[in-house]
Parts: sequence; C-alpha cells; structure tokens
Amino acid sequence: MSDSLVTIRDVSKRYQRGKQSVEVLHGVDLDIPRGDFIALMGPSGSGKTTLLNLIGGLDSPSGGSVEVDGQRIDQLSAGQLAGWRSRHVGFVFQFYNLLPVLSAQGNVELPLLLTKMNAAERAKRARIALTLVGLADRAEHKPRELSGGQEQRVAIARAIVTDPALLVCDEPTGDLDRKTADEVLTLLQTLNREHGKTIVMVTHDPKAAEYANRTVHLDKGSLAAAGAH
Amino acid sequence: MTRSGLVLANLFHRKTRTWLTLLSVVAAFVLFGLLQSLNQVFSSGSDFIGATRLVTQSRVSFTSSLPMRMTPELDALPGVQRVMYQQWFGGVYQDSTQIFTFAVDPERLHTVYPEWVMPEQHWEAFRDVRTGMIAGRLLAERYGWQVGQKIPLRSNIFPQKNGSKAWEFDLVGIFDGQDAEWQRQTGASVFINHAYFAEAAQFGGGMAGIFVLRLEDPDMAESIARQIDQRYENSADETRTQTEKDFNIGFVKQIGDIGLIVRWILFAVFFTLLLVVGNTMAQSVRERIPQLAVLKTLGFTDNAVLGLVLAETLVLCALGGLLGLGIATGLGVLVQQAAGALLPIAVDWRVWAVGGVAIIVLGLAVGLLPALRARRLKIVDALAGR
Repeated sequence: MSDSLVTIRDVSKRYQRGKQSVEVLHGVDLDIPRGDFIALMGPSGSGKTTLLNLIGGLDSPSGGSVEVDGQRIDQLSAGQLAGWRSRHVGFVFQFYNLLPVLSAQGNVELPLLLTKMNAAERAKRARIALTLVGLADRAEHKPRELSGGQEQRVAIARAIVTDPALLVCDEPTGDLDRKTADEVLTLLQTLNREHGKTIVMVTHDPKAAEYANRTVHLDKGSLAAAGAH
Repeated sequence: MTRSGLVLANLFHRKTRTWLTLLSVVAAFVLFGLLQSLNQVFSSGSDFIGATRLVTQSRVSFTSSLPMRMTPELDALPGVQRVMYQQWFGGVYQDSTQIFTFAVDPERLHTVYPEWVMPEQHWEAFRDVRTGMIAGRLLAERYGWQVGQKIPLRSNIFPQKNGSKAWEFDLVGIFDGQDAEWQRQTGASVFINHAYFAEAAQFGGGMAGIFVLRLEDPDMAESIARQIDQRYENSADETRTQTEKDFNIGFVKQIGDIGLIVRWILFAVFFTLLLVVGNTMAQSVRERIPQLAVLKTLGFTDNAVLGLVLAETLVLCALGGLLGLGIATGLGVLVQQAAGALLPIAVDWRVWAVGGVAIIVLGLAVGLLPALRARRLKIVDALAGR
C-alpha cells in the first residue's frame, strides 16, 4: 500500500521464560494505512498485545522489521525509541494508567513536558485536548474524583495532546460498562474520522471491534484473517 | 504542570509517610547542626591563636604546678620577649557557677597578651590594687558587673590563711578582645592579682600552673620549646613546652575527644536516617512501578526517570536538611543567649556548608538504588505487572 503508516514484515518475537524460549509472534506481515482504524482480535495468548507493543515502540522484535511513518523503529536504541514514542504515538490502556497525584489537566500535560513548549502553551494544549474529549470542566479533578469513563477520556486526551499520527489502544473499554464503552469508542471513531488519527486497538469485544474499519485476527502468534466492517 | 511540580506531586503521593520521613530528616539535621557547631567550638576554638606564644607546663600534667623561680630563667632565654605566669584559682561565683579565674601578674599579662584591650587607667588600677580583678566584657555583661563592684568568689583549691575559702575582689577593669575572635573569648575568664593571691593563700603562692612565653619570632618556637624542656630534663620540675594552640587543644581533650564523640553520634544518626529514608523511597518506587512505566511509555527516557526519582530524594533531604539546619541555627542563638559565651554554639556558614554536602550525599545515597531500579524497569513487564 502506497500510504502505509505502519509496515510490518516477517516479524517474530520470542520471550525467555526461565530456561524456556517462547515464540509469541512469528512471521507476521501487516500494513496499516494512514487514517485506518483497525481492531486486533484473538484469544488470550495469541500475541495481540505483543504486536501492539511492537507497533507502539514499547518493545523490539526478535526478527523482522517494523516501520512506522517511514522510520524503522526496530533499529532504534532505547533512548531514541523513547523520543520517537513521545512524538509519534499516543497510548490508551485498559486501566487508564493516569497518575493519581496529578489533576486531569496535569495528566494531559505530562507528554508535553518532553517538548519545548512553555508552561502557558502546555496548559493551553492540554485544555484543548480535554475540551475535545468533553472534559474541560473536570480539568482540576484528580483521577479518583472521576468515573471510569471520564478517566479513560482523560487518558485519550493525554494520548492525543501531542497530535501523534498513531494511537495504540490496549483494551480501552475492557474496564467499562457497555454504555460508557460505546461513548469511548465513539470518541475514538471521531478521532479517526474527523481528525485523521490512525488507530490500532486490541480488544476481546466483538462489539468494540465493530467501531473499527477492519478487524485483524491473530491466532497462536500468526495473523489468521482480516475482515472489513 | 512542570517537572518540579511532578517531582513534588510524586514525593507527596503518600502524604503521611512523606511528612513523617521529612520530620526524621529535620530532627537529624537539627542534631547535626548543633553537634557540628559544638564540635567547632571545641576543635577549632584555637584557630585564631598564632604561634607567637609558648606554654610551659609540668611534664606530669598541667594540674601540677611549677616553681615561680623559673620565671627569670625563662625570661632570660634568647628569643623570649616576656614571660607571664598564671595560677588556676578555680573560682566559683554565687551558688555553683564556675568562673575561669587565673592569678596573674598584671603587667606581664598586659605585655604577653596585647589582644586583651582595656583603658590604660584600668591596667594601672589592676597593677596597683592588690585585691584587684579584671573580667572579660561578655562575662561582666552576663552578671551585670560594674567597675568598682566587689566580687565574691569561692576557691575550692586555695583557702586563705585564715582558713576561709571565700575571697573578695575589687573589679577594677573590664577587658575586651582586639577583634571578633578574641571578643568571643571574653565570656569565660577573669584575672586576679597574683601578688595578692600569693600573700593571702594558705599555700601555692610560690607556684605557677603554667608559664606563657611571648616570643620575638614565631619561627623560633620549636627550638625554644626544645631548649626549655632539655634544660629542666631530669630535674624535680620537668617541663613540657608547646605552642599555645596545641596547649589549648590538649586542654579540651582532657574532657574527651569531642570531635570523635560527635562523629560517632552523627554516624549513628545518619546511618539510621539512611535506612529510614532509603526504605521510604524504595517502598515509594515499588508502589509506583506502573506509573513509572507509563512515564517511560509517554517518552521519558530511562535516565529521565532515574533523574525524577533522584530529584525526589534530593528534594526530601534538602527540605528536611535546610529546615533542620534553620531550626538548629535558631536553637544555637537561644543556647547562646542562655549560656552566654561559656557555650558559644554558633550554627555558622561552616556548619551550613558541611550540612549542604551532607544533604547531597544523603540524597544521592538513599535515592540511587530506587532510582536505578526505576531506570532498569522494562515497560512491557511493568505494565503487565511482572
């Protein structure tokens, strides 16, 4: 595909578990076009999160190549990878992973501490991101003062505040009730459709997967099938 | 939101625990400030004394006296400008306050110690009035003494010929120091006229506790000291001669090696503090592993995370240390007001400088292991709870 944001070729990943070497992924090829929204599905242990971690630059493959936006991230050092993540990827986790000591505003500003923006610019950008997720009025609230859905929205605001091309979401609705999950998924869909964000989402939930443009299935470390919605 | 804001927020993520730890740091540094300044009082109290004077004492101990007949012999030594003799009188004022009282020859004191300054008519009065006494300015201020006042002192060593240990002296002068260092020394001593003491005391009149020799050239100190000690070797009055500074240090060491005692106490305090703060920080990092992993996920490098954790311990130690030193400074002032120059504790810039180094060393020592742990953690494992 000519405008592929993520290009994965023959990727394998092995982990050492004690004396045993376990191959979690093998021979994975995947292209994710810019502006796509894909759901990664599969049974537990199929390698979904591992693949997501490789795409997000949280881990490096044992073999093969991972290219994101023209950059071979599998060849970057740990320090370079950290810098790359701060500029190109936004992360959304199942359990939100907000810092409990910071307000919503503080949490959203965190990634901006790695930029050259001054404090006023950072605050302004964070406020815009919170407005986008509908939480401008909860900016000064600590995570424990927010509902699960609101916490996840703050996490999404944190993911988009640096305006990355790619969002990686690991079970973003896994800890939410149906109604709240739908709201969060609608928000992700809006970010994809209206703001052009490329989204890769791991989920167990077929209903959640329906919000994606297509679903990629993984089974025992290999791509099983792909289907459009 | 700033990096320093992030450090402070993380530091106080368990408020009660952090406050208690902070209090222990404060307490340790209060103790540090006071003990360190006490150590300075004892160990470097003689730094301002030059090498222009030698002190000759009995080789046995400075509590053993030497005969006064040695005065002209010492006076006659080449390179010796003037010799002063003094006898420890052991004065006790009022109920039980010990006043460092020395019986001296006024004229010799004036010559050998030009650092003590006083109007010339007071020196003359001290020379002329046999029951005369002069007191240091700070001491006189402490007891509200005025020139012309009669000062009763009791000597536990020397009774008068009538058997009474109660003596009475006429305060004829109040001396000051020539500079700040010497002025600080005026809180402890008084001098009485040796001629009167020798005449009125039941015994000890012909003896001197020590001789103080003012030299023409400080470079001759070593050779003159050797000469004196050789001269009285194998006599009934063997001597030990040393610079005045060494004599003062030796005098303080009669009480005990204050420096060593202080160092051991501080070692115990800081070792305990190391364990307390180290444990707190280790626990704090352990609890926040997922949060630290999130920081790394967002793009904070391993070294940046290490820096954040180290900054937390440094801030904790700096807050506690500076507060502790501040309190110690205040307490030092209160102690000085209460005890006067007898215990001139001053938490001065030297104590603050050593304290500053202690804060940094402590912060790095307690923070390094947790910070390295935070640096080493792998995002994928930490997020998966492994």
